[in-house]
Amino acid sequence: MTEKLVIVGNGMAPGRMLEHLLEADPNAYDITIFNAEPRVNYNRLMLSPVLSGEKSYEDIITHDDDWYADHGITLHKGQMITAIDRAAKTVTSAGGITVSYDKLVIATGSSPFIIPIEGKDLDGVLVYRDLDDVEAMLAAAKAGGRAVVIGGGLLGLEAAAGLKEQGMDVTVLHLMPTLMERQLDEASGYLLEKAFADRSIEVLTKANTKRILESEGKVAGVELEDRTVIEASIVVMAVGIRPSTQLAQQSGLDVGRGILVSDDMRTSNKDIFALGECVEHRGQCYGLVAPLYDMAKVIAQNLLGGTSAYKGSVTATKLKVTGIDLYSAGDFAEGEGREEIVLRDATSGIYKRLVLQDNRIIGAVLYGETTDGPWFFDLLKKGEDISEMRDTLIFGQAYQGGMPLDPSAAVAALPDDSEICGCNGVCKSTITSAITSKGLSSLEEVQAHTKASASCGSCTGLVEQLMAATLGDAYNPAAVTPVCGCTDLGHDDVRRLIVAKELKTIPEVMQELEWKTSCGCAKCRPALNYYLVCEWPEEYADDYQSRFINERVHANIQKDGTYSVVPRMWGGMTSSAELRAIADVIDKYEIPSVKCTGGQRIDMLGVKKEDLPDVWDDLGKAGFVSGHAYAKGLRTVKTCVGTDWCRFGTQDSTGFGIRLEKFMWGSWTPAKLKLAVSGCPRNCSEATCKDIGVVCVDSGYEIHFGGAAGLHIQGTEVLGTVATEDEALEHIVALTQMYREQGRYLERIYKWAKRIGYDEVRRVIMEDTDRRRAYFDRFVASQKVAQVDPWSERVSGKDKHEFNPMKVVKLEAAE
Amino acid sequence: MNAQTTTFVEIGSLGDIPIRGSRRVELNGERIAIFRSAADEVFALKDECPHKKGPLSEGIVHDGCVTCPMHNWVISLETGEAQGADEGRVLRYPVKIKGNMVLLGVTPEGA
Ligand code: SRM
Ligand SMILES: Cc1cc2nc3c(=O)[nH]c(=O)nc-3n(C[C@H](O)[C@H](O)[C@H](O)COP(=O)(O)OP(=O)(O)OC[C@H]3O[C@@H](n4cnc5c(N)ncnc54)[C@H](O)[C@@H]3O)c2cc1C
Ligand code: SF4
Ligand code: FES
Repeated sequence: MTEKLVIVGNGMAPGRMLEHLLEADPNAYDITIFNAEPRVNYNRLMLSPVLSGEKSYEDIITHDDDWYADHGITLHKGQMITAIDRAAKTVTSAGGITVSYDKLVIATGSSPFIIPIEGKDLDGVLVYRDLDDVEAMLAAAKAGGRAVVIGGGLLGLEAAAGLKEQGMDVTVLHLMPTLMERQLDEASGYLLEKAFADRSIEVLTKANTKRILESEGKVAGVELEDRTVIEASIVVMAVGIRPSTQLAQQSGLDVGRGILVSDDMRTSNKDIFALGECVEHRGQCYGLVAPLYDMAKVIAQNLLGGTSAYKGSVTATKLKVTGIDLYSAGDFAEGEGREEIVLRDATSGIYKRLVLQDNRIIGAVLYGETTDGPWFFDLLKKGEDISEMRDTLIFGQAYQGGMPLDPSAAVAALPDDSEICGCNGVCKSTITSAITSKGLSSLEEVQAHTKASASCGSCTGLVEQLMAATLGDAYNPAAVTPVCGCTDLGHDDVRRLIVAKELKTIPEVMQELEWKTSCGCAKCRPALNYYLVCEWPEEYADDYQSRFINERVHANIQKDGTYSVVPRMWGGMTSSAELRAIADVIDKYEIPSVKCTGGQRIDMLGVKKEDLPDVWDDLGKAGFVSGHAYAKGLRTVKTCVGTDWCRFGTQDSTGFGIRLEKFMWGSWTPAKLKLAVSGCPRNCSEATCKDIGVVCVDSGYEIHFGGAAGLHIQGTEVLGTVATEDEALEHIVALTQMYREQGRYLERIYKWAKRIGYDEVRRVIMEDTDRRRAYFDRFVASQKVAQVDPWSERVSGKDKHEFNPMKVVKLEAAE
Repeated sequence: MNAQTTTFVEIGSLGDIPIRGSRRVELNGERIAIFRSAADEVFALKDECPHKKGPLSEGIVHDGCVTCPMHNWVISLETGEAQGADEGRVLRYPVKIKGNMVLLGVTPEGA
């Protein structure tokens, strides 16, 4: 008699297994299948095109009723198996059908994970797994409104795109900072987010859903952990899947995360096999179809008495949203001995990254142009040595021969009306047309004819790249020093391009400016972070992981890992109440050293990191704010006693110093910025060796700049003299803003002034009233968001995690 | 001796560590730096720079390495080895991720 084969679940994995089995021996078994879904076998992958309307259910059926009939297979549709009796070798369905087996295959797949939050059971909360779910979404879409999709992975994004296609407004909520973080790195995640934004699909990352809101028993919206409320008529949960193991577990089979199988695909019972998303093999559960097909082949052979072994699979993913090309395979994490090859083409939004180890591809991420995905994947799976074609590998299979990279592509791609020279308001087309029509061939000629790069010079690099792009090989630009090894662009080029292309996040800058590494280094990340903070003060979210420790925790790290705390003492003035508060803090937290700094204030040294928030809390209650003694920002404004007390004082130097400090504190600058105001030329506050200094005289205020007294000693130059305190404030603030916008990261004001010329600075600040006012206004605008005391922010809980150990573990001794 | 069996303890969830950032764990008084890379891998190193014992957990994390906050040595997260011209090595601890939980092995590798 023919042996009986029973299959539980009729998904893609057993479907493929049957094809192999029937091909090898159509008469080996008498086959019965139970499926909980009330239908034949269809291609689950293609549900997304059904949802978006590009295909119908009929188009995606793999095995229709006739196929089962032709092969003599009994299919019980809509019959869920609820029990397996291993002793009797029978299975029983919810509908009461009992069938006996010689060999059993469990292929129960997986089920969507439901986040256990309030409102999860409401009418209108859907998942995305089978045709019923698609039909429910299509019905809901007819009524219009907004769909909120929770989960920015493959499924969530496909659901979002489909629902948008069906006319709904769509918001995707994603817990992590970038989309599809399992398959994509930060750079490609950024491109993907942009592509969704271009389709008017709203994407909120770092969005933690708190609960689903109800109205009359139905979904009304979603509330996030940060209290944001988004209205919604349906909510689709696509946060992940769980292998369906309940049946196997009840039947006493060994189960981990999935049903445990060995290499021959048998469960802990030798007559019971399992395959598909429900299994766990060598610690791995799969959520993609390719590995399941590998398993299917192995089971088919072993059901026929073979000894075939499954050894695990590497997987590749492709997102099936029309118009978005994305491919990812293998392991693309960074690591020792791993190298990467990155190709970016900002114009056409292409990003490709290969991760190599021992001259073999071990991972690939492709965005925008994915035709070579399968080729790379093939090289990856075969472990092929690629050293021979390494230089051209990234260009793909068709380019094995070579294609030069064009470093000026990003500049060439700028629109004609984008401003290249900010000082003189010269746009790109003015420069390129002057080059061609007047036959210009040197930088000096371009400067003379267009005024571009003739003032502060920070756009010189860009002008040269434009010349290179326009003149081709005929032009050989002077070398600029790149920011770091991650790019060929210099600081000035990067800054100008950030403005011209309106780049607003670090990943965006790295993509659009074709960074050569995936996430930068300790040199470029803090620089980019500063440029973005400076350029987009109100929009840019400071990236703390791109700041040095001192700026991250708002204190100065000491050689023993403790910290120093320096509160502001405005203009160096203090009071008995302040001193008492400081004394109390020193006693309470047993702070070992207290010192008067060279900046006219008090430094408490040796504070334990864990104590920082409490120290700040106590100082804050006494009215202190952070002194930013750690910041590339405004440090101190030293003053002398001036007209208040001194017999030589000519103006209120103390009052003006305090006013300056209160006006300017909290601002970030390229390097630290120190000011001083002296009441007369005796200059007790040492104003003539500061970044910006004021020497008060009878007729007004003599403003100085560009001094240094650290690594390099240099007296200041005079900027000019103004009559009133208000004017002095405006000039100093405007000068600071000019430096903020032009200075290279870590370049003190004296280096910047030397680079662009002291006269140029004088001309702009003293003579060009409009530009001075504009600089002043921009500084004021950015201060609106900058003057938040970081200490009180931390005390109220921001970045709490920074200050406490993640965990304190105490183990009992083993013996 | 028999095959090494290291005890693993739960130290928190992946989300507790900032991406491209780090946290510190105290293990019987010993400070251990736990790093999370941009690709969500987690590494554990003794929180002591081979140069002058700077706290590596306070450094900037990038490209599979951490730059020490004290004098900018660059340490590989995977091997604990100083990069470039600098020479030295930090003890590594094994890490496992189970679901969303991060587990730290209590015996350093190679110990
Ligand atoms: C505390 C203090 C010394 C003191 O006990 O008096 C000090 C302490 C440090 N200085 Fe300073 N400087 C201090 C006033 C100065 C001064 C004098 C002044 O500001 O009037 C100078 C010369 C003026 C100048 O800046 O040109 C000064 C020039 C430097 C330099 C050289 C900068 C340069 O570009 O030449 C550095 C190194 C650097 O920044 O790279 C530095 C760096 C440092 C650092 C941050 C070193 C470090 O990276 O750890 C020290 C931090 C100690 C801490 O944890 O508080 N410190 N430092 C002073 C704090 C002033 C304040 O209240 O904020
Ligand atoms: C919308 C969508 C898009 C996808 N896109 C891709 C893609 O692009 N690329 C890719 O590789 N993968 C993709 N996947 C994943 C892929 O579809 C799955 O990996 C694959 O279908 C899993 O096959 P399976 O046979 O293990 O399980 P399933 O196909 O889930 O089949 C399991 C079946 O068993 C039934 N069942 C469960 N328990 C019982 C029981 N006790 N008794 C009877 N029947 C039961 C279920 O009703 C179900 O019909 C996608 C999935 C979805 C939902
Ligand atoms: S600067 Fe002049 S006014 Fe001020 S304390 Fe010194 S001497 Fe007196
Ligand atoms: S202590 Fe780490 S670099 Fe010096």
